[in-house]
Amino acid sequence: MQHTHTQDTLVGLFVATGIASLFFLGLQVSNLSSFSHGNTYEITARFSNSGGLKVKSAVSAAGVKIGSVKAITFDQKTYESVVKMDIDAQYKTLPDDSSASVYTAGLLGEQYVSLDGGGSDEYLKNGSKIEITNSALVLEKALGQFLFKSAEEKKAPPSPTNDKKGKK
Amino acid sequence: MEFFRYLGAGTRESFTKLGRGSFFLISILAGISSVCVRPRLLLKQLHSVGVLSFLIITISGLFVGMVLGLQGFYILSRFGAEETLGVMVATSLVRELGPVVAALLFAGRAGSALTAEIGLMKATEQLSGMEMMAIDPIKRIISPRFLAGFLSMPLLAALFSAVGIIGGQMVGTGLLGVDDGAYWSQMQANLDFRGDIVNGVIKSIVFGFITSWIALFEGYDAIPTAEGVSRATTRTVVNSAFSILGLDFILTALMFGDN
Repeated sequence: MQHTHTQDTLVGLFVATGIASLFFLGLQVSNLSSFSHGNTYEITARFSNSGGLKVKSAVSAAGVKIGSVKAITFDQKTYESVVKMDIDAQYKTLPDDSSASVYTAGLLGEQYVSLDGGGSDEYLKNGSKIEITNSALVLEKALGQFLFKSAEEKKAPPSPTNDKKGKK
Repeated sequence: MEFFRYLGAGTRESFTKLGRGSFFLISILAGISSVCVRPRLLLKQLHSVGVLSFLIITISGLFVGMVLGLQGFYILSRFGAEETLGVMVATSLVRELGPVVAALLFAGRAGSALTAEIGLMKATEQLSGMEMMAIDPIKRIISPRFLAGFLSMPLLAALFSAVGIIGGQMVGTGLLGVDDGAYWSQMQANLDFRGDIVNGVIKSIVFGFITSWIALFEGYDAIPTAEGVSRATTRTVVNSAFSILGLDFILTALMFGDN
C-alpha cells in the first residue's frame, strides 16, 4: 500500500510539473497574458506606403502598445495600403482626428503604427477611419533623395558665383 | 537479378510489417477504453515511462538551453543584438529542439525499455500465458504503456523547453551580462502562443504517438530469443529517430512553411 502511495505521489508530481511548464511557456514565454482577445475594436487607416508593416505589428500611442495590426490589404482603385488595426477596448478615448504614422523602432528594427492624438471631442470607435496618415519612410528612397540633393548642392555653389561674376 | 530479388523481398517484408503494425495500432487504440476502467495500470506505466524519464529530460534540457545561450550570445553580439538572445533561445527550443530532442531522449530512455520489456515477456511466454488465462495481453499490457507514452511525451517536451529557457537565461543574464528584462520582454513580444507554443505541443504529441507505437510494436513483433529482443531494441531506437526527424521536417514545413 505504501508503495502505490509513493507511486501516486511521484506521478502526481510529474504531471503537475509538466502542466506547470506548459503554463510557464504559455504565460511567461509567449504573449498570451498580454493578449486580450475579443475586447478590441477595429479601426482602419490608409497609407500611400505601409513599408515593412506586418500583421501583428504593434500599434502604439505615446510609445505604449495599445493594439496590433490585424490585416493589410492593397486597394486596387486608390493604390493605397489599407491597414486594419485592433485597438484594446480599454483605450476608448482616442480622438477621431488622431493621425497614424508608420515608424521604425530603432535604425533597423520592426515597423509599427504610431497614433498621435488630435483635439477632437469625438472618439474613435469600432469601424472608424483615420484620415491623417504618414507613410513609412523607405530607406532607399530617402537615401536616393539625399544623394540626389547633395549632388545638386555640389553643383549648385559654383553657379551663383558664376552668375555674380557674369553680372559684374 | 539477385539484387532485384532482394529488393522485392525487402519491399514485401516492409509492407507486411507496416500492415501488421497498423493492425497492432488499431487493437491498441481499441484497448484504450478498457485502460480507462483500470487507471491503476496506467498510473504504474506513467511512473515507469514518465517519472523515470523526468531526470534525464530536465538535465538535458538545462544543458541544451545553456549551450544555446552561450552560442547564441557569441553570434548575436557580433551584430550587437544580444537583447534578442531570449527570442533565439525560446524560439529554437519551443519550435524544434524541445519536441525533437525530448522525443529522441524519450525513445532512448523509455522506448528501448518498453521494447525490451515486451520482447522479454514474449520470449518467456508470459504473453501466451495471459492468453491462456483469457486475459487479452493487448488490453492489459500494451494499451496502458501506449497511453502512458502518449500522455508523457507532451509534458516532457514542455518541461524540456521550459528548463532550457531557464538554462539560457542563467547563462545569458548570469554569466554573459544580457539584460534580464530584455531577455524576457523580447521573448514575450516575439513568441506567439498559437503559432509557436501550440505547434510545439502538437509536434510532441505526434512524436509521443509514433515513438510509443514503434517501441511497443517492435517488442511485440520481436523474434522471441535473446538476439531477437536485442535486435528489436536497436530497431526501436533507430526507427524512432528516423521517424521523429523525418516527421519533424514535414510538420515544420506544414506549420512554419508559409512565414
